[in-house]
Amino acid sequence: MIPYSKKVLQHFNKPHNYGKMKMPDAVGEVGNLICGDIMRLYIKVGKNAKKQEIIKDIKFETYGCLSAIASSSMLTDLVKGKTIEQAINFDRQEIVQELGGLPPIKIHCSVLAGDALLEAIYNYLSKNKKPIPEKLTKRHQQLQKEKETINKNHC
Amino acid sequence: MKQVYLDYAATTPQSPEATKAMRPYFEKHYGNASSLHQFGQRAREAVEASRQNIAKFLNCSMAEVFFTGSATEADNLAILGVIKSSKLHIITTAIEHPAVLEPIKRLEKLGEIEVTYLPVSRDGLVKVEDIEKAIRPNTVLVSIMYANNEIGVIQPIVEIGKVIKATDQKIIFHTDAVQAANYLDCDVQKLGVDLLTLSGHKIYGPKGVGALYVKKGVALEPMMFGGHQEQGLRPSTENVAAIAGLGAAIATISNRKSQIANIKKLRDKLLDGILKNIPKTSLNGSADNRLPNNVNISFSGVEGESILMALDQKGVCVSTGSACASGSLQPSHVLMALGLSHQQAHGSIRFSLGKYTTKEEIDYVLKVLPDIIKRLRAISPIK
Repeated sequence: MIPYSKKVLQHFNKPHNYGKMKMPDAVGEVGNLICGDIMRLYIKVGKNAKKQEIIKDIKFETYGCLSAIASSSMLTDLVKGKTIEQAINFDRQEIVQELGGLPPIKIHCSVLAGDALLEAIYNYLSKNKKPIPEKLTKRHQQLQKEKETINKNHC
Repeated sequence: MKQVYLDYAATTPQSPEATKAMRPYFEKHYGNASSLHQFGQRAREAVEASRQNIAKFLNCSMAEVFFTGSATEADNLAILGVIKSSKLHIITTAIEHPAVLEPIKRLEKLGEIEVTYLPVSRDGLVKVEDIEKAIRPNTVLVSIMYANNEIGVIQPIVEIGKVIKATDQKIIFHTDAVQAANYLDCDVQKLGVDLLTLSGHKIYGPKGVGALYVKKGVALEPMMFGGHQEQGLRPSTENVAAIAGLGAAIATISNRKSQIANIKKLRDKLLDGILKNIPKTSLNGSADNRLPNNVNISFSGVEGESILMALDQKGVCVSTGSACASGSLQPSHVLMALGLSHQQAHGSIRFSLGKYTTKEEIDYVLKVLPDIIKRLRAISPIK
């Protein structure tokens, strides 16, 4: 079996910030059942002392393997309290680094977590008719397209 | 930490009998079984004694037993060895082991053969009449496993053999009996097969050794060249210790009725305990036509690898049909062939018991499993 770091196992055994959020400001969902992983991210947006919008609260629900659950949990720890702008520019490689590494075949779990965050922010900005950075729109469209074309030979 | 091994279908621990039988051939009787001197003779005696045990187990003659380096090799030899020209037709099933499916797919890709992959019912069973319908004038080989490695479902090999031979005597019938050998009658006369595959490490013997039964009169082409061993069909200096271990393992599974009854009792306890105590669970494959040591369950709303890893941390070792664990990102072809949804296939766990499994171990699994499923379901978005 693949060796996992202590940190990965900790986040899998006792994940942080999991469960459904009541009255979230936005939700992002990525993945699909064909490939065997679904991540749903809930966010609440607030303001910091400088009146910038921040991710005040974040929760996840994940159907997937150990790495998917650990990546989701680590993501919520890393972006909680960040400004929306910081969160949009969040480097998902941080998830892998902070987890102490993931096996190569499981890197896509961290990618999925990063995408769930972008989808949640996209959902928030579009719902509230706020300007959406081009980079974010592009990734959103790409993910929508992938959802449509996915089949059992394409995970 | 407590360790509970419930992955006997992946490999079995080696029995003391097999280990004892192997030991002399590493250090004392290290001769090449083809050498004429006394060292060679001692090694040859071990090889032939093992062959005799296997012939007795299969109810065939010693000349019909061929040793290979693994069951995968024996399966490959059964398929590649039969196909000597192009435009031939093979019939197999959608749920075969990759050791059968992959060589067939390779021949198909090269354009050498046509293939019929028979579907199975929701229970995992092949319909005998489907085989009759699939037979063509150019059909040369039918390969259907005796018992499935993932779901333990037992195919009606005797009936299938009768239908094949009634339609065309010349068609060669192969069965992979790797998982069946521990539990089912492998008398090749009764089964009506021409080729049968056995493995060492699934029957409490060593890894790296298998055997192929080849009925007298069935001419196979070798896959390797370079020696006269095994009547030229499988050249290579004999792996004497492993062959001796396989022979000893076969001898110990020949008398086993009470053992099987005990395994079945524990299996039923595990199966009933899971279905009763954990909601939204279902058994995959037939409950009746099934090996007595196999449980394959789908847990709704949770992914198999996460269950496997959570169990592993409690010391319980099992397998999953989920894609995440395979490295291919594709869920089990066997579970998909049953008509399961992707979610059911990804959420599957195989528990396979064996002769060293105890009641305490099953009690322990039934104690830790419900909490694991509950915890993972609390994290999951699928309710």
